[in-house]
Amino acid sequence: MSASTPEPDAGTPPVARVRAMWPWHLLLLAIVLGAWHALTSTEVLPPFFFGEPLQVGRRILDWLVTGKIFPHLGVTMLETLLAFVIGTGLGLAAGLWLGLSPLAARLLDPYITAVNSMPRVILAPIFAVWFGLGIWSKVLLGVTLVFFIVFFSVYHGVREVSPVVLANARMLGASRRQLLRHVYLPSATAWVFASLHASVGMAFVGAVVGEYLGSARGVGYLILQAEGVFDVNTVFAGVIVLTLAALVLDRLVSVVERRLLTWRPVAAEAASQS
Amino acid sequence: MAQTLSGNAPVPALVLDRITCTFPARGNARDMYTAVRAASLTVQDGEFVSLVGPTGCGKSTLLNVAAGLLAPTQGEVQVFGERLSGLNRVAGYLFQADALFPWRTALDNVTAGLEFRGVARTQAQQRAMEWLKRVGLGAHASKYPHELSGGMRKRVALAQTWILGPRMLLMDEPFSALDVQTRQLMENELLGLWSQDRRCVLFVTHDLEEAIALSDRVVVLSAGPGSRPIEAFRVDLPRPRDVQEIALHPHFVELHAAIWRALKQEVLKAHERVDA
Repeated sequence: MSASTPEPDAGTPPVARVRAMWPWHLLLLAIVLGAWHALTSTEVLPPFFFGEPLQVGRRILDWLVTGKIFPHLGVTMLETLLAFVIGTGLGLAAGLWLGLSPLAARLLDPYITAVNSMPRVILAPIFAVWFGLGIWSKVLLGVTLVFFIVFFSVYHGVREVSPVVLANARMLGASRRQLLRHVYLPSATAWVFASLHASVGMAFVGAVVGEYLGSARGVGYLILQAEGVFDVNTVFAGVIVLTLAALVLDRLVSVVERRLLTWRPVAAEAASQS
Repeated sequence: MAQTLSGNAPVPALVLDRITCTFPARGNARDMYTAVRAASLTVQDGEFVSLVGPTGCGKSTLLNVAAGLLAPTQGEVQVFGERLSGLNRVAGYLFQADALFPWRTALDNVTAGLEFRGVARTQAQQRAMEWLKRVGLGAHASKYPHELSGGMRKRVALAQTWILGPRMLLMDEPFSALDVQTRQLMENELLGLWSQDRRCVLFVTHDLEEAIALSDRVVVLSAGPGSRPIEAFRVDLPRPRDVQEIALHPHFVELHAAIWRALKQEVLKAHERVDA
């Protein structure tokens, strides 16, 4: 981690070096889009299958100007949010419970392993049958994806609560319930946050895949419709909108994380690794 | 050792009566490891007693037994004349490792014990602030443990334990991770705090100078496994003491030599066992 210890006379300070990267990021993007445009407009790659960047851009612009995209994007985001909140809540509760009662953990262990290794996206048709084409079948798919990420990090985290902190809390007079509230829960929250980026991403995957497999609204639905009529440009437009939405979500998560985890020794960890 | 229970003697603060602790050995669950065997120790109220011994001699085990964090395989613990079962509720424990809640600020760490006892938040914070000032951390109340230095964290831990006014203090090499200068400062601070109300203290250390400078009595443990107290030395140096100055006292040097003679045998034994 030499970048985190700038020396006064070491040429360009590292901060400036990081700031100078974004033009290069843009340049790379321009090259990729330019190559795409060049290859499809000269028909080296058939535009029918590979789309055309200008058409894709026009489609996105059209969506934004007419506002047609927003109800669909809103539905997808709502599904993502619900899947994330419900999945995290259930994962946290189950992780704490099984982490604190070894008997239940031993009993359920093979089933948890089985359900976790199952490709859970396969459940989407079942959820569609159970809950119809509305948002809940997508939410549930997202929940099954998010649940296991949060569950496993909390479950392992509970077992790794510092025994010294635990003993200290007991010596300071904490009851069993107070231990749960003042020791296990705060440390579990840290593990939830450690898996936050992954679980938000999974909630998003659940929502979009669910929509794609059968729905009446949502960005996944738009992509499905476009694919049905071989409108590759609209498929790409949908993919790009989803990517941008995912980037925004990820950024939001980072902001929330920084707000809520001020107690975490990020800098100290980085220093000890160097 | 002063084990006599004469008729008019006050009830001792802590009695460890023939304590034996056996654990499943590391690596092989069928082998048993006996950390301490038939260890007896008495601490009078208001007395500062240090336990010294070679590494791995079960000093911490004895301390954990006294705290009620560990139930002895055999033997009995008495706290102010009553048999201990479960946690030792009158004891405060200062750990060797960092034991602060990393998600709480310095102030909230000090209030923790009060909160567990149901003291109202504002009142708890007021008292905690007084304690933080007392240990010289008034300006750092809103910092998280990772933002504090090792010495500062120990001060917070001191305040966290001391605010509850425990009748007995158990300390497990609390300053061993600190650098020498910080350590001597902390030792003097500990003596200052202790001299205000003279709680009884059981202090575990492997540092003989620290043990002599702080204590009224130094108890030497034999090398493990199956260790127990083998000799006790009364430290009749004048108080109040300053840990740096007291080390130059001629009697300190004599005591050091005498205790070291007893300790050395055990350290050598411990080394032989590790090498074997």
